Amino acid sequence: MSGNATPSSTPVKSTGLHIGDAAPGVAKKDPILVAHGIKRQFGGLTAVDVAHVEIPRNAITALIGPNGAGKTTFFNLLTGFDQPNEGDWSFDGKSLKGVPSFKVARMGLIRTFQLTKALGLLTVMDNMKLGNTGQRGEKLLSSLIPALWKKQDAEIEVKAMDLLTRFKLDAKHEDFAASLSGGQRKLLEMARALMTDPTLVMLDEPMAGVNPALTQSLLDHILDLKTQGMTVLFVEHDMHMVRHIADWVIVMAEGKVVAEGAPDEVMKNPAVIDAYLGSHQDVDLGAVTGRITLPETK
Amino acid sequence: MDFLGILNSTAGFILAPVTIAYALAALGLAVHFGFAGLLNMGMAGFMALGAYGYAIGILSFGLPWYLAALVGLGAAVIFALILGIPTLRLRGDYLAIVTIASAEILRLLFLTKVFDEYTGSADGLFSYNGEFQESNPIPAGTYGFPPFEDTAAMWWVRIVGIIILAVATFAVWRLVNSPWGRVLKGIREDEDAIRSLGKNVFTYKMQALIIGGVLGAMGGLVLAMSSNVNQGQYVTSLTFFIWTALLLGGAATVFGPLVGSLIFWVLQAFLGLLFPALAEQGLLFGLSSIQAAQIKFIIVGVALVLIVVFRPQGIFGNKKELTFVR
Ligand SMILES: Nc1ncnc2c1ncn2[C@@H]1O[C@H](COP(=O)(O)OP(=O)(O)OP(=O)(O)O)[C@@H](O)[C@H]1O
Ligand SMILES: [Mg+2]
Repeated sequence: MSGNATPSSTPVKSTGLHIGDAAPGVAKKDPILVAHGIKRQFGGLTAVDVAHVEIPRNAITALIGPNGAGKTTFFNLLTGFDQPNEGDWSFDGKSLKGVPSFKVARMGLIRTFQLTKALGLLTVMDNMKLGNTGQRGEKLLSSLIPALWKKQDAEIEVKAMDLLTRFKLDAKHEDFAASLSGGQRKLLEMARALMTDPTLVMLDEPMAGVNPALTQSLLDHILDLKTQGMTVLFVEHDMHMVRHIADWVIVMAEGKVVAEGAPDEVMKNPAVIDAYLGSHQDVDLGAVTGRITLPETK
Repeated sequence: MDFLGILNSTAGFILAPVTIAYALAALGLAVHFGFAGLLNMGMAGFMALGAYGYAIGILSFGLPWYLAALVGLGAAVIFALILGIPTLRLRGDYLAIVTIASAEILRLLFLTKVFDEYTGSADGLFSYNGEFQESNPIPAGTYGFPPFEDTAAMWWVRIVGIIILAVATFAVWRLVNSPWGRVLKGIREDEDAIRSLGKNVFTYKMQALIIGGVLGAMGGLVLAMSSNVNQGQYVTSLTFFIWTALLLGGAATVFGPLVGSLIFWVLQAFLGLLFPALAEQGLLFGLSSIQAAQIKFIIVGVALVLIVVFRPQGIFGNKKELTFVR
């Protein structure tokens, strides 16, 4: 992770990602992830039923949809943490069907979890170091000989410290992860995912519980990932964040992709407003509930 | 009451082969439970394999003692593979159930008449240590001073045992303080998080299961070198004694298992001598001395409960690093 994130209040949006009209399942010019006919049932409930979806390369795609729409389940399916009843999906042209989760991760597709998985009884620094791939010292026999891995470990530590500083966790690097607050754990998990140098990061509600000021700087960091050539797919309920950084938005409801498109277009889509956003998205909540009266609503 | 005599006999356990054997097995459990989070409840089985492999290797196959020792350790590797392949993919508790049952199955296989020719069934195996003792460089005689006074043969067992223990402790210390150990501790905390970072969790757990199992077999080996081999030694309660020693010292530590085993045996010996002596004096409410000797097991049980409740990290552990209540 290098370079300084230039705080960009008006991020450069990638456009022209798709071919033809923006409709659910529209083809992308350069898709990095393609999923087709993915179905996952839990008993009688069909949690995911995605006919076709493509994630554009080197862009930031938001996956939105109401609670229980199947976003997290879809993440699990794509990353090998769950197996679909049917369907094919591929990453970078390589089929991921039946590939175990750790191999998916090794291919460069890294995900974070909605319910954070900070490794509580390891220090923050150890959490970070675990993210680094290709460590010599992680092999059983070479781990016995520190001379083989000490230098690499020191380099990893520098890299980890750099990321921790960005995520405002540097002061905590010696503490056990269990002692972090909820929001800090989210941050740690995201930073740890970035330690792997992924090609595609899938973040499940990365900003839930993160304070506004830090959200701002992290948004810049995510935008920075794009300039470094990474692809980001994230689930988020905060529409400001989605509007601000997403180049493309995919809307799921009841397991299906119901709309796709550039953020501004999608949010005007009546189906999306009905299923997810609600008709008062731009109005103060107080006005919706009638507790405050606005002088004038446009 | 011969209080000095009791103290004297007790002190003898500080360097006893059985203490070394427990320390090795407890170290193996530390790798399993303390670092990898694997609930192995069948350590007695691994120990039995080390002991029987060694004795059978010598008696039935005429191997030199050091090769026979390797047979015992190799058997533990195979046992770990057999246990691990089906269970390590499942949730942790399954391993506990499978290991406790498998260790018992193993013991019953050693007990049954069917393999009497190799295992000696209920009689067990003995007089196989001749060749091992021939390699003893110490001239015959007794050495040391009370309470550490013993024959050359027993000193040779101790020396070999301590060398094995020292090498094993050093190796485990290196392992758990390496990036490999970091992955292992990560798995203990959350397997899925480690998978999401591209590590092959199954391989790491299998490696840990094998390493810990081999350490257990080394414990059995030291026991076999110091006496005879009998399936009656490798019962489930042995597993629980090892667990007690481990938790006493601290599960997620390297030196805890050593100190835990030491304290365990010293206490066992002391109480095992003290209570009968008190009973003889009529100080234990009319219990006979044979009844009184059993009190130590009650105390061990109570101690185990107290440790887990009040000091789950053990004597050496970091309170934050291993607690049962998360
Ligand atoms: N393991 C499971 N067993 C049974 N049902 C499940 C399971 N996991 C998810 N579901 C169901 O599948 C549906 C989709 O759940 P999912 O977690 O994917 O929703 P989501 O879109 O991530 O919602 P949120 O925005 O609240 O995180 C829900 O109705 C949920 O109850
Ligand atoms: Mg979710």
